[in-house]
Amino acid sequence: MKDAVTCLLASPSRSTLPMPRHDLAQLSDEAVLALCSQFDELALAELYDRYGRAAFSLAFRILRDETLAEDAVQEAFLAVWRDAGRFLPERGTASTWILTLVHRRAVDLVRHEERRRVEPLPATELSADGAGVEDLAWLQLERERVQAALAKLPERQREAIELAYYDGFTQSELAERFGEPLGTIKSRMFAGLARLRELLEGEQWTKTSSTS
Amino acid sequence: MDEDELHELTAAYALDALDADEAAAYERHLAGCESCRDELARLAPAAAALAYAVPLEAPRPELRARILETAAAERPNVVPLPRHGSFFGSRAAVAVAAVAACVAVGLGAWDVSLHHRLDQDEQAIQSVPLVGATGSVVIAPTGRAALVVASLPAAPAGKTYEAWVIRNGAAAPAGLFEGGARTTVVKLTERVPSGSTVAVTVEPAAGSAQPTTHPFITSQTV
Repeated sequence: MKDAVTCLLASPSRSTLPMPRHDLAQLSDEAVLALCSQFDELALAELYDRYGRAAFSLAFRILRDETLAEDAVQEAFLAVWRDAGRFLPERGTASTWILTLVHRRAVDLVRHEERRRVEPLPATELSADGAGVEDLAWLQLERERVQAALAKLPERQREAIELAYYDGFTQSELAERFGEPLGTIKSRMFAGLARLRELLEGEQWTKTSSTS
Repeated sequence: MDEDELHELTAAYALDALDADEAAAYERHLAGCESCRDELARLAPAAAALAYAVPLEAPRPELRARILETAAAERPNVVPLPRHGSFFGSRAAVAVAAVAACVAVGLGAWDVSLHHRLDQDEQAIQSVPLVGATGSVVIAPTGRAALVVASLPAAPAGKTYEAWVIRNGAAAPAGLFEGGARTTVVKLTERVPSGSTVAVTVEPAAGSAQPTTHPFITSQTV
């Protein structure tokens, strides 16, 4: 608890004296975000190092174009920079917030560009070294976990969620595409996302813990 | 759009599947509807988790530099000093986050940096260094694990690498792999319980049921 107190007391004065990087690495996402709200550039760099790869992968999946994906990621991280002070931890985690910002920017761009149609993605070879290696391994495990949960959704629900989330289709466009009433699409998305949430929680790596 | 219809838009909003007008109407509704805010808080993490299911891509290093330069150029000249009063609401929230964060200190840098990628009551993910190569074994609390090795040359012709989970002197096969990449990441087919170690041997191309050579990489005990 001594650390907690020291950290809490120290954080206001950090606005003019950025924390050394090795200290930032010890902090939770929410604490790094709190430092961002003080316009601590190292804190923004730290958040980028934690989420830049996931953000870019998501934006690239939606936009299928490196330059546009970079634009989406840049705009999202600058929104993090500007609005970090408005983030409310009791409303959700920092990672959800950051990825939501990235997704929204990417979807805005894909609708604007009219690029979103289902084309095969180019295969890329990933490399990682140094500190990024463990993050990469974690991302790969997480990817399998979410894909496994998605695969358990009823086909129609999965399809609606994937076309909306990864291809940027609106609910109205999906209703038109499937020739079904808008209400059907809405309830399919709701049922699918609620089910996905249950599946992800059931599959959580933490389930073996007895914390609660 | 009436209020009942707006209630039904939470999932579509979480998935960004509303057009601009619908999204604006929903956001106005959200400001006054606590049940929708709660529902959104429940559904948003599931939507954000979808971000992790995409193929992994590596952004160019230039992107990081560009973001940081642009952010620095936007940095206000006057840094807001935290005060009570009008700032109190958001400062209190920040303080709560900071305390939560600092309590987690001591779990190890990587564990903590990952801590909030899952839900808040999660247990940390473990990382155990390797002996004999640069890398680590990354273990989720369920025991699911990946082996990460840097600069592992490709296995000799006619041979393969085989990973093992060793516990109480017994070795269980945990996957075959070839190496040769700058970074080799192998998802282990066996769980890695506490007290075990992970080892790698060179085996005939089809793999072996038990190690036939001495391990040239081992992990520290998990």
